[in-house]
Amino acid sequence: MASVVLSEAEKLYIVHGVQEDLRVDGRGCEDYRCAEVETDVVSNTSGSARVKLGHTDILVGVKAEMGTPKLEKPDEGYLEFFVDCSANATPEFEGRGGEELGTEIANTLYRVFSSESSVDLKSLCINPREHCWVVYVDVLLLECGGNLFDAISIAVKAALFNTRIPKVRVLEDEEGSKEIELSDDPYDCIRLNVVDVPCIVTLSKIGYRHVVDATLQEEACSLASLLISVTSKGALTSMKKVGKGSLDPESIFEMMEMGKRVGKALHIALQKILDEEESLGTSRQKVGFLG
Amino acid sequence: MAEITMRLPVARKAVAPSAPRGGEKHLVAPGDTITTDTGYMRGHGTYVDEEKLIASVAGAVERVNKLVCVKALKTRYNGEVGDIVVGRITEVQQKRWKVETNSRLDSVLLLSSVNLPGGELRRRSAEDELAMRDYLQEGDLISAEVQSVFSDGAVSLHTRSLKYGKLGQGVLVQVSPSLVKRQKTHFHDLPCGASVILGNNGFIWIYPTPEQKDEEAGGFTTNLEPVPLSDREVISRLRNCIVALVTQKLMLFDTSILYCYEASLPHQIKDILKPEVMEEIVLETRQKLLDLEG
Repeated sequence: MASVVLSEAEKLYIVHGVQEDLRVDGRGCEDYRCAEVETDVVSNTSGSARVKLGHTDILVGVKAEMGTPKLEKPDEGYLEFFVDCSANATPEFEGRGGEELGTEIANTLYRVFSSESSVDLKSLCINPREHCWVVYVDVLLLECGGNLFDAISIAVKAALFNTRIPKVRVLEDEEGSKEIELSDDPYDCIRLNVVDVPCIVTLSKIGYRHVVDATLQEEACSLASLLISVTSKGALTSMKKVGKGSLDPESIFEMMEMGKRVGKALHIALQKILDEEESLGTSRQKVGFLG
Repeated sequence: MAEITMRLPVARKAVAPSAPRGGEKHLVAPGDTITTDTGYMRGHGTYVDEEKLIASVAGAVERVNKLVCVKALKTRYNGEVGDIVVGRITEVQQKRWKVETNSRLDSVLLLSSVNLPGGELRRRSAEDELAMRDYLQEGDLISAEVQSVFSDGAVSLHTRSLKYGKLGQGVLVQVSPSLVKRQKTHFHDLPCGASVILGNNGFIWIYPTPEQKDEEAGGFTTNLEPVPLSDREVISRLRNCIVALVTQKLMLFDTSILYCYEASLPHQIKDILKPEVMEEIVLETRQKLLDLEG
């Protein structure tokens, strides 16, 4: 992960500030930085989203392709995640430097979406045991400004909301061989239901308190963090502890409660902005990358 | 209660230029012709191609008699003797420290250029060399003055005055060096209750005003007491104001920072970073600065 070097006095200042619920940029312990969300930024994907959370910039592209279902789940489609840490984000990611972080994030995403209720995989099935939709979710890190997991999960949810998978019909010949017919109308597509898609909330322990949405400087002062994935109804789907420090079981419980609270508010805010963007329709001015 | 705001991105609209004072600035991009007159001497940021003077960086053209140079808008720090800089120690070497100052090469702080505790004047011995890390470690912040510039552009620093030295608790903001206005003094004690060091290299250090001036203000001992909440609020507000000024590309100097602080008082500290509040505050600051001049 990209990190900054801080002097001992600076770290002390940050820790004392968190203690008094006043962080360096004036936020409280439970406040997020101002986030910018835009969907449908990449034209040749089934769905895409770009999220800017302070200095963290994430781009997610979703492509739906036809494939064969997994042997153990013959009547479901599945999701595949790939995370690319581009060297744009920080020089440490040059060459193969970003691979380790990329696989860590991808594995976390697999774990978050492993719950059966997150995405309705049965709707992705076309022909049991033969054809199904495989949804490839590709995440690109453009800039690293702290709190990667949260921003990535917000972007993935927005991209899945934006995904449009074409409707297909299965035609059967007299011999019994099946043919798949794609609908002629490009607007005839199915949308994924993202109501139960979880979002990751990272709680970093700084001193004796914990904060949400840590910047790079705050991450340098925190020894341990808890990543929890929360659905919009407040249910936890997965939990992971990162960092070399230790966490007290009581503080883990407190962090879980805070995470659920913050997670619910995050979902409400995100759904509101996605609905607002949808209501603008085709008249929306796309900002993209050159705004 | 958690406060989470999300918004749709808005295309940046060109800000109406303020009334030009003292002539329009001649802005050029790399490759633009500055002049075809051959009588001019070329300075930094220009080159001659087929009898035309062409800019090699993006910035404003400056003309002093016969010398034409282009001052880049976004660049690394180019050291000049006498500049005040704020830097971060990256390496501790044999008789010197390497300091990061946002320039093309790491700056150098020689052991002979720092003040020894107690203010003694003597030759640096082998014990001093071994004790270097006790004074300045990797990651420490210092304020220093540029003593000289090497031929390759690397800068040599010194802290041979009581006002320079290791910095204690506070907040660092990194901006582009071209946004820091050159002034007589870069150490300001703002009336709002905090102090600010405007480094020429773009590193701005905001810290709580020390109550009394200690003799050892060369910074050998850092004050590790918790900073009171009222001071913290002032420092956070100043930090957000500076970020707002930088986003709107206003020059940074003590008056502009102070006006921006006053304009931001009706808003909450964390609201200053919202785009619409930022625009409003900076517009007010710009207006006050124009009134001050006119």
